[in-house]
Amino acid sequence: MQTLEPLLASHPFLKNLNPEHVKLLVGCATNKVFNPGEFLSQEGEDADLFYFIRDGKVVVEIYSPEHGPITIQTLDGGEILGWSWLVPPYRWRFDARALETTRAIVMDGKCIRQKCENDHSLGYEMMKRFAEIIADRVEATRLQLLDLYGK
Amino acid sequence: MGSNIESSKMVQNGPERVHSDKDPMLTYPYYVQRLRHETHDTFTIELRPARAVEMTPFSPGQFNMLYVFGLGEIPISISGDPGNQERLIHTTRAVGAVTKAMMKLKRGNMIGVRGPFGTKWPVKEAMGRDILIVAGGIGLPPLRPALYHILSHRKDYGKVSLLYGTRTPEDILYIKELEKWRARLDLEVFITVDRAKGDWRGNVGVVTTLIPKAPFDPDNALAMVVGPEVMMRFSALELQKRGLTADRIYISMERNMKCGVGLCGHCQLGGVFVCKDGPVFRFDQMKDVFTKREL
Ligand SMILES: Cc1cc2nc3c(=O)[nH]c(=O)nc-3n(C[C@H](O)[C@H](O)[C@H](O)COP(=O)(O)OP(=O)(O)OC[C@H]3O[C@@H](n4cnc5c(N)ncnc54)[C@H](O)[C@@H]3O)c2cc1C
Ligand code: FES
Repeated sequence: MQTLEPLLASHPFLKNLNPEHVKLLVGCATNKVFNPGEFLSQEGEDADLFYFIRDGKVVVEIYSPEHGPITIQTLDGGEILGWSWLVPPYRWRFDARALETTRAIVMDGKCIRQKCENDHSLGYEMMKRFAEIIADRVEATRLQLLDLYGK
Repeated sequence: MGSNIESSKMVQNGPERVHSDKDPMLTYPYYVQRLRHETHDTFTIELRPARAVEMTPFSPGQFNMLYVFGLGEIPISISGDPGNQERLIHTTRAVGAVTKAMMKLKRGNMIGVRGPFGTKWPVKEAMGRDILIVAGGIGLPPLRPALYHILSHRKDYGKVSLLYGTRTPEDILYIKELEKWRARLDLEVFITVDRAKGDWRGNVGVVTTLIPKAPFDPDNALAMVVGPEVMMRFSALELQKRGLTADRIYISMERNMKCGVGLCGHCQLGGVFVCKDGPVFRFDQMKDVFTKREL
């Protein structure tokens, strides 16, 4: 039977992850295709999931009644969506919507949290990788806030 | 002129200088042939000499001093095709007195031109390498001549990527040309904007987020980066994170200028004169200057 193991192992986020750890993660993974317009997350809802995007394009947006949806960021294949599953109270902070047909591996956050509790070396690996992504996004957000190209 | 000698030493092995025998302080009259609005505040102006003069050929990366009569003279990079030296093309953002007046010029009006001045993009050194052209905002025009050169000598280069970031979709320059470039199979074009409303279907995020998406071999790639200084600094950091060494990252600097030829000291930055030793510099030669607040 074909498993998600090779798909997971080939995602850039899990590059060079110990194969034993990849095996542990497979048990929390499902494969899914999102049609254009379909939501991957909605602000305020329980965030018990995160996504390894395989291909397609996802917009992360915030809705304002005055301005409609405002795009904060877009994510492509090879990127990752969501870390609210890591941080209590585990609720999505933004909406995320497929802009094109998007294939993603959906990870069950509760399941991963449990595996990380049971195996701290997996937990440390996951934290290091998420920390890098969070740091990159904070830096990008700071640059965005600087409004570099304004007068 | 001690710092002149010092500065010349500092840029040894840096971007190549271009020499011209014309008196660099002489302004030549040019006619406005065409003025096209690119966005609400940015325009492209095409100039032709008002009388028969031998135009000094420009190289990608160089700039001219453009004189709006009665108002003042400013440095503007040449944004046209170095393969077509008949026309002088500049793309300018209207920010102050001179640039705003320039935006109001009409076909047939006259403007003064001195130049071309400054160092050039390392299009020769880049041969055989993968190329990353990273532009932020009004940083695209100074890079366009390098891209024109690379595309017209396409076989001499490896993979070529243009990474371009602007503030909003409405601020994107050269839209039609970008579409044509996008359609090419031998050029990867990535565009991103800092902010967008729901109807924009492209990327949103700062230009540095495009760097991991571009295909290049870090051991054999060369990057040319132009934009606001903070953007260039962070782009250089991201490129280095992806394995590019600082001596294969080139940037173009801006400082207020008067003479444009290394005489007045107006554009001095640490040990260099931006007009003469630059504007194109190798990042490893400038990175210390870059982070000093008082410069
Ligand atoms: C080598 C070199 C190449 C350049 N190439 C280009 C180019 O291709 N296209 C282009 O549009 N500009 C370019 N510039 C910048 C351009 O020279 C200035 O925008 C211009 O001198 C402003 O003149 P001004 O009289 O209109 O504005 P000023 O009256 O001098 O300034 C008005 C206001 O605009 C601000 N300002 C000045 N310069 C800039 C700037 N660069 N960006 C944002 N705000 C600014 C000032 O701080 C001030 O608040 C280049 C500069 C250099 C040194
Ligand atoms: S502008 Fe005069 S020295 Fe550079």
